[in-house]
Amino acid sequence: MFVRLSAAIAALSILGSAALAQGAKPTDPQIAHIAYTAGVIDIAAAKQAIEKAGNKDVKTFAQDMVRDHEAVNKQALDLVKKLKVTPEDNDTSKALSKQATEKLNELAKLKGADYDKAYVANEVAYHKAVNGALETQLIPSASNAELKSLLQTGLKIFQGHRQHAEQVAAKLK
Amino acid sequence: MRPGRYLPVMAALLFVAIEVPAHAATIQITMQDLVFAPAEASAKVGDTVEWINKDVFVHTATARNGDFDVNIAPKKTVTSVLKKAGTVEYYCRFHPNMKAVLTIAP
Repeated sequence: MFVRLSAAIAALSILGSAALAQGAKPTDPQIAHIAYTAGVIDIAAAKQAIEKAGNKDVKTFAQDMVRDHEAVNKQALDLVKKLKVTPEDNDTSKALSKQATEKLNELAKLKGADYDKAYVANEVAYHKAVNGALETQLIPSASNAELKSLLQTGLKIFQGHRQHAEQVAAKLK
Repeated sequence: MRPGRYLPVMAALLFVAIEVPAHAATIQITMQDLVFAPAEASAKVGDTVEWINKDVFVHTATARNGDFDVNIAPKKTVTSVLKKAGTVEYYCRFHPNMKAVLTIAP
């Protein structure tokens, strides 16, 4: 489970290396799209967990994810509207979505404690990857101050999610 | 109307007017960018706390000793009256990195 890198994480790593290799920064409309997509992915995973998880802590964690990520994404939508920016689909967003769907299907096949562990392990890894991408790529590349600030708030809250996921993972062992 | 007669009453009213706020103050604690501010606050039993949530996230102010547990919706203000004295560490249940201390004098 831990050896197999989650597909979505691989996509975020690609984001890092591809952008670095080309020296090309993602634009604000692309950043907005990537950040929003990353949120949608975690919300979908959490909704599946609310249905499937057996463990109470896992369910509570999933509910926290839905609440916080929906709040961040709503804020992101309000901001792009205000800035009159149209989020732009891009290869990173596409790769993220495609691979997240695969992960969701993979998790759908698991049951009980196996599912709980796999979901939480993926949440730890996913938040780690998203936070890494935010810190090293998305925040430094964002040119609009309000977008940058929203990403920074996002990073802060997602760092808390990662810690929370790690605590839940430790309890499941 | 003879003013002299009402003087004691007025004095008493004045006294009350001055005394009430001194006994029951309102303190404000803000939640912004996942931080409680001020991180350390002082109050007295009977005081009102205005919990002001400036974030887009739901927060709670949850006392570790169980004395209070307040839910504050995004962009909302909730008031609560302090009932017990003590130095109370509190946090947000949803974002446990948010921590602060409220010292409540008897």
